Amino acid sequence: MAQGKAAVIRSDLDIVIARTLARDTAKNLGFGAIDQARIATAVSELARNIFLYAGTGTVTVREVERTGRKGIEIICEDQGPGITNIDLVMQDGYSTSRGMGMGLPGAKRLMDEFEIRSQEGVGTTVICRKWRM
Amino acid sequence: MESLRIPILKIGNVLIASIQTTLHDTSAVQFKDDLLQRIFETRARGLILDLTAVEVVDSFIGRLISDIASMAGLMGTRVVITGFQPAVAITLVELGLELTGVLTALNLEKGLAALQREIEESGDGAG
Repeated sequence: MAQGKAAVIRSDLDIVIARTLARDTAKNLGFGAIDQARIATAVSELARNIFLYAGTGTVTVREVERTGRKGIEIICEDQGPGITNIDLVMQDGYSTSRGMGMGLPGAKRLMDEFEIRSQEGVGTTVICRKWRM
Repeated sequence: MESLRIPILKIGNVLIASIQTTLHDTSAVQFKDDLLQRIFETRARGLILDLTAVEVVDSFIGRLISDIASMAGLMGTRVVITGFQPAVAITLVELGLELTGVLTALNLEKGLAALQREIEESGDGAG
């Protein structure tokens, strides 16, 4: 299994770098144009969350395989303040910042699998995957 | 971010801006401010924002597009967004951003025609 490539998020420019990395990886893995846009958009939302709430973090993009199916895995990690109520942030329209509250639920809808782990004062990790048709 | 500035062209009473570069958040906000300032300076009656070359519209840019339409509307300028790629339209709706209330057209030509109709209906087409 490939090790993957990581983008460090420190500024809004890095959001673009992370989503370009995800898009290029998806393209190389044979995802179609619409899935490439879904994956790039999801990464854009997740990377922006890192930038807005944690300030810094990483987005790792790698190829995954399960029962012969190829896919892409995105791991977003930060050591930010963490999320107190995950159920709340997964609701459409909930936001504590300048966002529209679409970031996390929107990214979840765009991907096939979505896991979020967070601990207050420790950080947040989001792992999501999309499988090739 | 000067190098990322997007040209805003004026044709008659209409402004046309076509995004040909990847916008990050700061440059997108700068672009919005530039657009509104140009509307004010030129007293344009209409604005076309062409997204034909844009491959990713996330919630931030989506909201910005919606804001531009509302803000220009407050200044009396009609806005038409043109050239949404299929993948962009699909991801925007899946994301939950349907941009209700924003006028759109398939391409620049249809957008211009729609805009001229809007301007005529709203009164004098002169500046």
